[in-house]
Amino acid sequence: MPEFAVELRNVSKRFPGPSGEIVTAVNNVTMQIKDGEFFSMLGPSGCGKTTSLRMIAGFELPTAGEIYIHDRPMGHTPPYKRPVNTVFQNYALFPHMTIGQNVGFGLEMKGVEPKEIQRRSSEALEMVRLAGYEKRMARQLSGGQQQRVALARALVNHPEVLLLDEPLGALDLKLRKEMQLELKRLQREVGITFVFVTHDQEEALTMSDRVAVMSAGNVLQMGAASEIYEKPNCRFVADFIGETNFLEGAVKAQTGRDVDVELAGGLLCRATADEGSQVVSGQKVTVTMRPEKLGLRPWQGADNVYDGRVEEVVYIGTDTHYTVVLAGDQRLRVREQNDDPLSRPLAAIGDAVKVYCDEVSARVLTE
Amino acid sequence: MTKRRSPWLLAVTALVYIFLYAPIIVLIVFAFNSSRTNVVFEGVVNQGDCGPFYWFCQLGRNRELVAAARNTLVVAATSTVASTVIGTMAALALQRYKFPGKAYSEISLYIPIVIPEIVMGVGLLVLYSALFGFINTTFGLNGDNRLSLGLGTVILSHIAFSVPFVALVVRARLQGFDKAVEEAAMDLYANEWTTFWRVTLPIIFPGVMSGALLAFTLSLDDFITTFFTTGPGGTTLPIYVYGLLRRVTTPELNALATIWIVIVFVVLMLSQLAGRRSEAH
Repeated sequence: MPEFAVELRNVSKRFPGPSGEIVTAVNNVTMQIKDGEFFSMLGPSGCGKTTSLRMIAGFELPTAGEIYIHDRPMGHTPPYKRPVNTVFQNYALFPHMTIGQNVGFGLEMKGVEPKEIQRRSSEALEMVRLAGYEKRMARQLSGGQQQRVALARALVNHPEVLLLDEPLGALDLKLRKEMQLELKRLQREVGITFVFVTHDQEEALTMSDRVAVMSAGNVLQMGAASEIYEKPNCRFVADFIGETNFLEGAVKAQTGRDVDVELAGGLLCRATADEGSQVVSGQKVTVTMRPEKLGLRPWQGADNVYDGRVEEVVYIGTDTHYTVVLAGDQRLRVREQNDDPLSRPLAAIGDAVKVYCDEVSARVLTE
Repeated sequence: MTKRRSPWLLAVTALVYIFLYAPIIVLIVFAFNSSRTNVVFEGVVNQGDCGPFYWFCQLGRNRELVAAARNTLVVAATSTVASTVIGTMAALALQRYKFPGKAYSEISLYIPIVIPEIVMGVGLLVLYSALFGFINTTFGLNGDNRLSLGLGTVILSHIAFSVPFVALVVRARLQGFDKAVEEAAMDLYANEWTTFWRVTLPIIFPGVMSGALLAFTLSLDDFITTFFTTGPGGTTLPIYVYGLLRRVTTPELNALATIWIVIVFVVLMLSQLAGRRSEAH
């Protein structure tokens, strides 16, 4: 078995926009999706994630580059000849067919005999917990149920890759959380490569083995969910995934991956640069620090300690968010867990505090 | 609280209904008249084997009329099938694709609906004469081989004015059509052809059906366009009736009209039912 289920090599998609200009939806994207993994393409709307998915499915053809599915170049192969199946955003169930006919459609087109279709369809419906729904019509089902039918309709064909185009977008929050876990469970059970498109970073982090963060047609970073969160490689990724602080500064000294950054207001910051990233003295950089990695309570060997004044305190249940103003009018958001039995705040507005931060938690971003 | 309806409103409504339906009722009643001149109702006819349906039976013995009825049905059937196919394809193309001159072709498609039918009739007549004249001279056709006005030109004309109506009705149906279901079918190994027959057509079928029924009724009672484009062997019922009227009216004519009304009524009801089903989806 080839290592990669899907491979995009230098794939671009351009098409004429509404006023005749050329819009680049996907710009020279290269990505490798490993066999059997849950892979997400994450980005704001218009970043090219859906277009990329549609190109893998065959609904759009790349303007340049090539897409491989298990090492086979797809070229102009039409959708109905590709070994992939899609779960659509609004499910796209056939309204004139029963659930059973919907699920069996792919097998019927493949020429599987009726008895076998029936057996496998009911098996697939069982897998998505809709056993016995064969005779119903799509419109008689709730959104969540329709979603599961769409899943069964795709999975029943045992595709080499399952493509999911924001399939949870139309569901309410609670159902969404349920379906996220359900999808994850299904993926583990069937062992099929899932390529999942979403604009919801939390969803992507929850479900994926690996994530590709996209913006304006480019893949900015690709890696494990934790890697993307802990070691963002650029400001966009750091900002898009979760919450973070940005401090502007200039490189003062550098030894290996340890970088000393002089922040605005003359503060010094010991920070970590990415492996392989080139930082030179004097270079302008941004330092990003996740609020939950910062603390108002001191700990042994904290690399950076800043004096500041509390500007705002927001209690959100599990945590409390403090906004601290540092020298040079820079602000840091600090997130402290409310593990005190009485959830007493660590500081009040106007209090002078110290903010602690480790070197590994301060990441140097060059772009 | 129930709303009290004004008696005036009821009276006006009743008048409108009388105005609309009295002629039809009179027409049907006179189909059973025993007077041949059919000016005054002189009691229900009871003659021959058919009793009160004497005039209806007489119709069947009228060769010209039977031929005209057959022509009408042939024209209606062929033009309905052709215009439904073409109109549906036009609607799909306009819905789906962007192409240069799309706005223009969309407008031009609906022009036949708004222009006076007599203009359409004269236009078609001029077109046929010029075209046939050109072809006949170029290929030296003569005698029976000559292209001339007749049943064929009537069918072509009916297709021409029915296509826009079908396209309009089918497009209305396509408005809510989710293109993703076609992609879903293609994703599930159905090629374009199978996708059309298994997914697209079944979903838009109620629209196609009401378009077809509309085309059928339009063709069935068309007079003006037919009048201009018909020729020997192409007499349809409306043309035949017009010819009869210029001579003398007998209850035969009323019998004919009665049958006609029943047919149109049934077709319209079917069209309504198809429309309902389409909304229910």
